Amino acid sequence: MTTSIVDAESVLVLDIGSVQTRSLLFDTVDGQYRFIAAGVAPSTPGAPYFDVGEGVHQSLLKLQSITARTFLNRDSQLMLPANPDGSGVDQLMVIFSAGPELQFVTMGLLEDVSLESATHLAQTTFGRIVEEIGLNDRRRPEAQIDAILATRPDLIIFAGGTDKGATRSIGKLVELILFYLQCLPEDSRPEILYAGNSALANRIKEILTRLTRLHPAPNIRPGIDQEDLGPAADVLAQVVGKIRTRQIGGLESLGKAASVPPIPTSHGLGRMIAFLSKVYDRRKGVLGVDLGSSHTTVAAGISGELSLNTFPIGSGAGAPEILKDAPVEDVVRWLPVHIPDDVVLDYLHQKSLYPAMVPVTAETLAIEQAIARQALFTAMNRMLKIHPDLVMGFEPILVSGTTLTQYSTPGQSLLALLDGLQPMGVTTLLLDTNGLLPALGAIAPQIAELPVQVLESSAFVNLGTAICVSSDARFGTPLMNVKLDYGGNQTQLEIRQGTITSLPVRPGQTMNVHISPLRRLSIDPTHRDRSRSFKIVGGVCGAVIDARSRPLGLPKDAARRRDLLKKWALAVNA
Amino acid sequence: MTAPLTHILPLTLIRRTRLLPAPGRVSARVGQKVNATDVVAETRLAGAHQIINVRRALSLSQSDQPERFLSCRAGDRLQKGDVIAEGGGLFSRLVRAPENCRVVYIFNGQVLLEMESQSHQLLAGINGVVTEIIPDQGVVVETSGALIQGVWGNNHIDQGLLLVMVKEPLEEVNRGTLDVSMRGAVVFGSHVSSADAILAAGELPLRGLILGSMSAEARLAAETSQVPIMLLEGFGQLPINSAAFKLLNTSERRDACINTTWDPVIGVRPELVIPLPAEGQMHHDIVALAPEQRVRVISAPHASQVGKVVKLSAGITQLQNGVRTPTADILLEGGSEPVSIPIANLDVLE
Repeated sequence: MTTSIVDAESVLVLDIGSVQTRSLLFDTVDGQYRFIAAGVAPSTPGAPYFDVGEGVHQSLLKLQSITARTFLNRDSQLMLPANPDGSGVDQLMVIFSAGPELQFVTMGLLEDVSLESATHLAQTTFGRIVEEIGLNDRRRPEAQIDAILATRPDLIIFAGGTDKGATRSIGKLVELILFYLQCLPEDSRPEILYAGNSALANRIKEILTRLTRLHPAPNIRPGIDQEDLGPAADVLAQVVGKIRTRQIGGLESLGKAASVPPIPTSHGLGRMIAFLSKVYDRRKGVLGVDLGSSHTTVAAGISGELSLNTFPIGSGAGAPEILKDAPVEDVVRWLPVHIPDDVVLDYLHQKSLYPAMVPVTAETLAIEQAIARQALFTAMNRMLKIHPDLVMGFEPILVSGTTLTQYSTPGQSLLALLDGLQPMGVTTLLLDTNGLLPALGAIAPQIAELPVQVLESSAFVNLGTAICVSSDARFGTPLMNVKLDYGGNQTQLEIRQGTITSLPVRPGQTMNVHISPLRRLSIDPTHRDRSRSFKIVGGVCGAVIDARSRPLGLPKDAARRRDLLKKWALAVNA
Repeated sequence: MTAPLTHILPLTLIRRTRLLPAPGRVSARVGQKVNATDVVAETRLAGAHQIINVRRALSLSQSDQPERFLSCRAGDRLQKGDVIAEGGGLFSRLVRAPENCRVVYIFNGQVLLEMESQSHQLLAGINGVVTEIIPDQGVVVETSGALIQGVWGNNHIDQGLLLVMVKEPLEEVNRGTLDVSMRGAVVFGSHVSSADAILAAGELPLRGLILGSMSAEARLAAETSQVPIMLLEGFGQLPINSAAFKLLNTSERRDACINTTWDPVIGVRPELVIPLPAEGQMHHDIVALAPEQRVRVISAPHASQVGKVVKLSAGITQLQNGVRTPTADILLEGGSEPVSIPIANLDVLE
């Protein structure tokens, strides 16, 4: 896949997050594109600056100091394009997840058809659905109007009707939108994204553009049983970019300097996962998870088909959201030391006040890692509820997020991913320590070879291969014998139910693993692949056999549970 | 690099812009002295809506044009009982306005009405002087006095006499420690661990409650309480930092304005203003972390302790728990040796 560069260009991606702003530099080394370095600084979309420019400026100063290159001129302006002396950069891209949470209203015809798809579309980007209105909504139209007015949405996502399908029912919703828009002054009206019956798109545009901006998008329900979010998600990403450039100070000027308009980080991640899912095993698919401070994005790609969802769950400002799905005891269950429930609850809320706070003690680090596990678990559960056809048999799984990449050792990260995501089958766990995937997704349409070449480099940390085996055998029962063949050595292991076993494989080393089951067990979650021999490659944690079954059950007795967590941690050197 | 900043100032010039949520009428004038709870502007927010289907109400046939029967136009203000539409004939049907309302829009024989709503009043927020009028939108109010910013608030405004009920930076406030003598006062407490204490504050009622910290379990009760509540340190069992503790203790029985409006996304923080008969200077809103600065630590094991920056460490430091992060050496109050604290866990006090 290696490609030589003809017109190599340096690329700077500004990733403006809710807590951090990162300047990511890509350039050529020996004729191949490589990730060079990242400059990181606190984001400044809020007080006292109300302009992301300051955070960008600080991150660029950091990047200059790390790379000993110059990107800013004497007036502190970014030099675009690069000068013959090598200062500046050739291309600029901007991705963002910062800013106040976007408020969406979704509208559709049938609750479990187009309205559900409109909701799914909204979940592909950073925001919160504040109201859902379907044709069978029992409220009177005026009550529906008041409900939308009360939520002050930034965007209405409106879907309904298969192509050449319903028209009259859509007319009723258009009428409702028309009445609603008339209730607001012109400058307060939200924009509308229409992703319904494409035969009506022009007519609806004609009616509604008199009052607000309407963005037509391809129908997300072209057939009653067919949901196609991809093309509309592209339009949504552009619309969110436009709304954000108006809401976030300084983003507009950065966007003007950039090669393409700013896109949400989630969209960049989704684009890369869709691409990777064509490169890797098309049947298994690829999973990408970005555990942010305010939001967690989960992107699952299978043969280029993308399922993308962003949930307001995070390790910082979004931490209390975890408690909407489960009590605090579900966070506490991941702690290998005794910390009272109320202390964990307090920490979770305190962390939402200070998202950038670094854990200093062993206890606070343990709490942060427990929050990360539960956030991953919650996000994945929500994802699988939306896409019940997805199976957790992805390979590879790529994960980013401060708790996992900056606060944890590789062993701790590996265990957190196995606990939180609970993958099945044989998979490779990769850590995107610099959060490059969304940036590569932003670059891909402009310089197609850059993401490919960066992915071929060692920009990601391969934590290792995990062979996840599921069985309903009792805890401690001998489950299988495993024969390992590596570098001329042969070893045999007995694996018991409920254990994690580290395999003696070095980073980059290949190992043949042959499993002889002693009990009924399942490896491939789709049950299509019944092979019991695998060729695996070691990562920084080597490789592991996770025989803890799925869903992962933890003992109810706290002391026993903590002992078990410690044993598992010891097994992977966490 | 800029650092998070919390104002705990004994005397400063405080300038606050107060804006209506929608255009309205500003009643204050430049130079006017105002109290925190004085109304400086008001507007009418949109009331509930009602759709009148004229065709149905007048039993018109499909061939009838409902617009012909309308007696009003979009934008008209109607009193209760005013005629919206009238059918033809000797005993014609009338469609009347159900309440005082405004005609928003007429479409396909349907009339969208917006009912008159209660007015929204904008309060001055602090005791001071109006220095600027922002036409149709609000005012700028200025005062000199002590300023203490919090980290969390429940979005209410009030004023009253400041009463100090704590002797130590970490003391429990509960129903038993709140008594009737505190009614109508802005009370400086320390730590609340149960919702019951919040309910008791509402029953008295207090005019405000300043706490060092609160258990997260009591958060919902605090969010729904009508008493303005602000936290100086946050959630958990956290003592009050010495700077705020001293300043509040020396301000007892002064008039205090508490504004617990809190919006972390746009950086709006809850605050207590104690107007003083002296002239304060404008404070900084942006600072860079530097040696000699007074800082507060926000994380365990030194949470809420105040200290002085000795130096910023070069490069990255590995903490005892293995986390690698930029740090600064801080000489904590009462300490003899500087301790290394992550820069992200420091808050400049100024």
